[in-house]
Amino acid sequence: MTDPAINVSHVSKQFGETQVLRDISMQVEAGKVSCLIGPSGSGKSTLLRCMAFLEQATSGSIHIEGEPLGFTDGPQRRRQSPAELRRVRSRIGMVFQQFNLWPHMTALGNVAIALRKVRGMSRSDAEDRAMAQLDKVGLKERAHHYPAQLSGGQQQRVAIARALALDPTIMLFDEPTSALDPELTGEVLNVMRQLASEGMTMVVVTHEIGFAASVGNRIAFLDGGRLLFHDTPQAVFAAPREPRLEQFLDTYLDRGASMLK
Amino acid sequence: MTWKLFSLLLEASLMTILVSAVSILMGLVMAIVLSGLRMSGSRVADAGAGVFISFFRGVPLLVQLLLIFNLLPVIGITLPSLATAIIGLSLCTAAYQAENLRGGFEGVAPGLIESAEMAGFTRMQSFIYIRTPIALRMTFPALVNEAILILKASSLVSVVGLIELTKMAQNLSASTYRPLPIFAAAGVIYLAINLVVAAIGQRAENALPGLPGK
Repeated sequence: MTDPAINVSHVSKQFGETQVLRDISMQVEAGKVSCLIGPSGSGKSTLLRCMAFLEQATSGSIHIEGEPLGFTDGPQRRRQSPAELRRVRSRIGMVFQQFNLWPHMTALGNVAIALRKVRGMSRSDAEDRAMAQLDKVGLKERAHHYPAQLSGGQQQRVAIARALALDPTIMLFDEPTSALDPELTGEVLNVMRQLASEGMTMVVVTHEIGFAASVGNRIAFLDGGRLLFHDTPQAVFAAPREPRLEQFLDTYLDRGASMLK
Repeated sequence: MTWKLFSLLLEASLMTILVSAVSILMGLVMAIVLSGLRMSGSRVADAGAGVFISFFRGVPLLVQLLLIFNLLPVIGITLPSLATAIIGLSLCTAAYQAENLRGGFEGVAPGLIESAEMAGFTRMQSFIYIRTPIALRMTFPALVNEAILILKASSLVSVVGLIELTKMAQNLSASTYRPLPIFAAAGVIYLAINLVVAAIGQRAENALPGLPGK
């Protein structure tokens, strides 16, 4: 039996007094797209950040392709060394809501620098590779622009190219379109759709219910730090027996997203 | 004010420029290292850098220069006055520049560091390639300001025996008994140098990519 790409096991997380995640267990199979939806403050971004060890779970464990993330397995549970953590993380690409492009580098520099400094590629090899990635997200012509000279949608596509250049097997997206207007949202979602069709394992925190319904193989619904539902879009949208989910989806339907029915 | 006297002042001002420029650059490198120590996560390194900064910010530059000038021979080191002047000035400006940079480092958005972490950078690589360049850009105007302050503060290094612009003006006024035109000329030269520094700073600032608001 092969390991799931991501295995979240009994993860809880507390910020001081607040319980942000409550005993969450879920698996993401390789090549599948899971979308995390839920109201603000439901813990979906925190859960995603735990999957990259940008947040530490208070209890529980997370495995990436069978390997522990953040803490070692076994009776002598200890924090992984920075080198161990980097090795497990190297399978993960992360895309943030605020893009987080480095402002002092061009688009090309943003994509190429880790190839040079982390992967040890020569400058010209790294730039060739970076250029190919930028081309893939349709931004070859913008390669020599600085982030401040790019639209939000373009910046996010550069951020996706930057993550993809490092050959991750898993891509995590933290509300990738929430900082974009609807027109720019489309261009980013198209890139993500393309990526999903190529078989990338993806976990996407999103408010784009339409995207979740059409691209997601699984939808996870969180509310109040609990995972209430992790099932196929059909199961989630066709028969939302869970009252809290029904209520949540209704707010979208009210806004005219009736294609979900 | 003869041309002869003025050209002597101009010549001495080259020493002022040399001492200041080298001190600013050495101070900048030291300030980056100090910032790295402060953020290294080691309490000892942080405390050491803190003490260094407090001392060199808290003790007058003139006293620092005289201390170094008199201390070094005691421990068996004899240096030319140019080296002594540069050491004194650069240690002092390092402390101020480290404090300037601190604001810049604190202003680097946490998300930019997280994305470096996710790209596989070590802490050190993130510091060198991401945090420092961004912090430098954000504090660049303060660096230009510091350069101007150091150019003026360099008038103190005559106490270690270096003949720079101010010392030359003193010598000339003593030998000619005409202090007024000579110090006026020295003032004009300082002003001219600093106007050039400010103009270069402004141009560099406009040319630097990735500054906020651009």
